[in-house]
Formats: sequence, structure tokens, C-alpha cells
Amino acid sequence: MSTATDTAAPLLRVRGLTVGFPTAAGTTDVVKSLDFDLERGGALGIVGESGSGKSMTSLAIMGLLPKGATRSGSIEFDGTELTTLRERAMRAVRGDRIAMIFQDPLSSLNPYYTVGTQIAEAYRSHRKGVTRRQARTVAIEAMERVHIHDAARRVHHYPHQFSGGMRQRVMIAMMLSMEPELIIADEPTTALDVTVQAQILDLLAEIRADTGAGLILITHDLAVVSEVTDHIVVMREGDLVEQGSAERIFTDPQEEYTRMLLDAVPRIDDEIGLLRTTAAPSAEEDR
Amino acid sequence: MSDGSEALLRVRNLVKDFTSPGGVFGRTRRFRAVDDVSLDVATGETLALVGESGSGKSTTARMIARLIDPTGGTIEFAGREVHELTGKALHAFRGEVQVVFQDPYSSLNPKHTVERIVTAPLVYQKRKVPGGARAFTGALMERVGLNPDHSARFPAQFSGGQAQRIGIARALAVAPKMIIADEAVSALDVSVQAQVINLLRRLQEEEGFSCLFIAHDLAVVRQIATRVAVMNGGRIVETGERDQVFDSPRDDYTRKLLAAVPRIRPEWDAERRRNEQARKDRERKEAGR
Repeated sequence: MSTATDTAAPLLRVRGLTVGFPTAAGTTDVVKSLDFDLERGGALGIVGESGSGKSMTSLAIMGLLPKGATRSGSIEFDGTELTTLRERAMRAVRGDRIAMIFQDPLSSLNPYYTVGTQIAEAYRSHRKGVTRRQARTVAIEAMERVHIHDAARRVHHYPHQFSGGMRQRVMIAMMLSMEPELIIADEPTTALDVTVQAQILDLLAEIRADTGAGLILITHDLAVVSEVTDHIVVMREGDLVEQGSAERIFTDPQEEYTRMLLDAVPRIDDEIGLLRTTAAPSAEEDR
Repeated sequence: MSDGSEALLRVRNLVKDFTSPGGVFGRTRRFRAVDDVSLDVATGETLALVGESGSGKSTTARMIARLIDPTGGTIEFAGREVHELTGKALHAFRGEVQVVFQDPYSSLNPKHTVERIVTAPLVYQKRKVPGGARAFTGALMERVGLNPDHSARFPAQFSGGQAQRIGIARALAVAPKMIIADEAVSALDVSVQAQVINLLRRLQEEEGFSCLFIAHDLAVVRQIATRVAVMNGGRIVETGERDQVFDSPRDDYTRKLLAAVPRIRPEWDAERRRNEQARKDRERKEAGR
């Protein structure tokens, strides 16, 4: 459960978030003065095409930016300013109160250890004094919660023995064992088949309903955010294009870029969107 | 299925087995990737072969392009038995069927200029480049929406969408009868993807080539297909006209696949169109005053 104390303040408040990368020509900002809030129990979608800065935004919140990158602005999580937190204190937040799942679960899992060991050790690293036996029980329970059948046997299996969708479930189980208050999912279903994607999205919805955790879903897929999130932030080349309720963004977009993006999404029931884009000038720039 | 008499490509009972060396006991294991697949592609139409990973759709496409040999079955293209072609006849076949791959960067030689890439199929076919390489490349680049002045550039100097346009230009260079697009728009950003889909549709209208469109994204398939074949576990579970498959699917797996696709609510789209119309009317009124 969320340990919400002050229900008025948002779970996450981001103000003026700027992420810079050093280049030969000076610093390039890949995220430029971003503002948004995530309400307690809310689901926020950050959408954009490649190079929009959506993934850098999530890494900035987690304090996991690549070496050399700079971060300024304010990231307030449950009343705590994260940008000034020392690494030791940040470690207590990251993975514990804020958890993250990525597109490629295989690269996040160690091929040499069983999934049970990995879930248990991740748990023990955040919960001092927990025995191996207790952690093993937590791992089995977490795997059961993400609907991995025969969890007591499957904890002894290695990552390669799981399918892509099952590996993503393992990652979600690992995250879930910490009972995070905020879940950041960066393209969690992009590499998965469509039927598996539907299952993982259902699972995330179920977890939110059960635990009351907030969700930030980062994706290029507008159809996915339209189904999962209630507030949407549209980004382009590091800029915030516009934000609003999902319904407002989809029914009454204010910016030309958002309109273009919505027109470009192929509809399974229709041909309209694409046909309109024919007239649009090429958005591509030379590299 | 369309009338077999007008089919450019006719595939019957296609099978592909892969064998892998077994474990410590040395027993080889056999895996049937494509299992008794039959399909037709008529002149000028697009057949979309859809399925999830491991469905056998790409393996089927690679056999049709003669990139790998089938274990069994027949492939007939423009009256010839493709699976039996060798030497000169196979060489000629390669000039009639071109493949556009998913990743443009890995399918274009990074050390070659656009001009060399685009004219390579003609050189391979030992055909003369009509009007000279520079003019020919420039004309092709224009047709796929690229700046003809950039023909001396290298693939890395183009964005993903532009690089895919180069892949399409290369395929068009030999005026093929059929293009096999293997997840050709899957790796592109949505705005770029829309442009490339529109480009493929326009070129097909102009050139009249047939297209075998391999894809996992059903919404993309809806935009481009004339007919659709759905694959699952190496078999085609359903074939039909596009709207029939999407609007009244007969097979359980097709239904499951369609139900799983995330979608933007149609009522939101309808409201957006109304709002957009109202905005345009308002702007017109303000401009008229």
C-alpha cells in the first residue's frame, strides 16, 4: 500500500527539469524545462518519437542518467526533493519506493542466476535483516502475483528458460516485491507480441488497482497510452509539446505536432488517419 | 482467395523444417517452422502475411524470395517453378522479385554511396543503367521523396525513414514484378511510418507491382493490404479480403489477435474530427472578417 500522508500534494512533482549532454559544440539539452505532476494513484503517459527525451526524463527521475549528463530543476517525490539527495539516500528510494521496468527484460536479468535468486537478492539488498529463506518466500509470492504458474518450481529456472513475456513478468515480480509507490515503465511491451502485450498491460492495471501505486508509462505508442493512462505528456526533441487529460489530448489536441502524431497512428478500424498525412510535409531532417 | 488463373505467385503446400543438433545424446531435433502453407498473390495486389513472432511468416517470405530452400511444396512465379530455378534462370528471377528489409541500416552497405547502392541490382543483373548512374539515381531518389542531390552520400547520413526510402529505391531500380516487404515499416517512428506506407501505396499504384507484405502490426496491415493471410504456428489459419478478415474474422486465433490490438477509442477520433472542423470554421470566419 501507498504510505500516503498528505493527499493534497501530488506523488511526483517535476518542475523545470532539464537534462544536458556535453557535445563538441557545448551542452545539448535533451530535456528542456519540463513540468508535470503525477497524482497519487494516477497513471501518466509520456509519449514521443525517438529523440523526444522521454526516456531521459525517466532516467533523470531515477537518478540513473549516463555519465557526463547534467540534471537541473526540481523532482519532488512524496515531498522529498530527489535532485539534492545524496546517492546513499537515493539508493533507498530507487528500486524500493520508485521501481522501473524496461523494454528488454533479458538485458536487465543476469543469465547466470536463477530468477528466484535474483528476485530474492534484490529484495534482501533493500530489506536489511531478511533471511534467504524469507526472501525466497517473497520471491515465490511475487511470481504468483504476476500469474507465473507453478512459481515454487519456476523460481529455480534461469532467464533463458522463460519467454519474452514471462521474463517481463519476472521483472514485474521483482519490482512488485518491494511494494513501490511509483512504477516507471519505459516501453515495457514494445518488444512483445501483441497478445502478450495485452496480458502485460492487464497485469499492470491489476497491480495499480491492488496496490494504489502511481504509474508513469513511457512509450511511442499512442494507442497504448490511450488505453492505460489518464494524463498525457507529449514530448518532441526535448520540449514539452502539450499535456492534459487523455481524453482532452485525444479529442481536442491544441498543438499541430500532436495533431500530426494522432493522424499518423494507423487505425485498425479505419483508414482515415494515414490518408490525411499524405498531404503533410516530410517531418524528417537530414542527419 | 482470388482466382488462381491470374495469380503472379502461387505457393502450394510449402514446408520448412529446421534441424538442430541435439544435446549430449547426439539426437538431432527437427522443428517445422512452416507447415503446409498455400497462398496466391495476384498481379498488382498486396497480400499481407501477418502473425506473431515464431509464426513462420518471415521463413515463408524467405523461401519465396529463394533466400532459403524449402523442405517441401511448390512455389510458382509468373509461370516458373521458383524452387527448381538454378543458374541463369534464378539470376533472372532475382531481377523480378526484390526484398525490402526491416532494418535499413544493416541492409544497406555503409561504405557505399546511395548511387552505388541503388544501381547495384542493375549491375548484378548486368543491365545497362538507363541514362547513366547519376541521372538514374537522381530520378529514383525523387520518386521515393529524397533529394536527388544527395546521391553521393552514405547511408549513415540519412535518418531511419530516409534510409528505408533508399531501400525502396534500390528495390524499384530493376522494375520488379513483386516486392517482398519484410517488416519494412516496423522499426520506424509513427510519423515516418505513415509517410513510408503512403509512399509504398503510391508507388504500387504507379508501377503496378505485386507486394507480399510481412508484418506483425495489424493496424499497419489494414492500411496497405488487399488481402490478408494470418499465420500461427507455421500454418495459415485464415485468408481473406482485408475487410472480411478485420470485420468478420472466422478463425479463433485471428479474433484473439484482433482483440489484443490496443486502439484509440473511435468516439474520441470522431470528437476530434468535430473539434477540428469547428476550429477550421472559426479560423475561416476570423480570416474573413
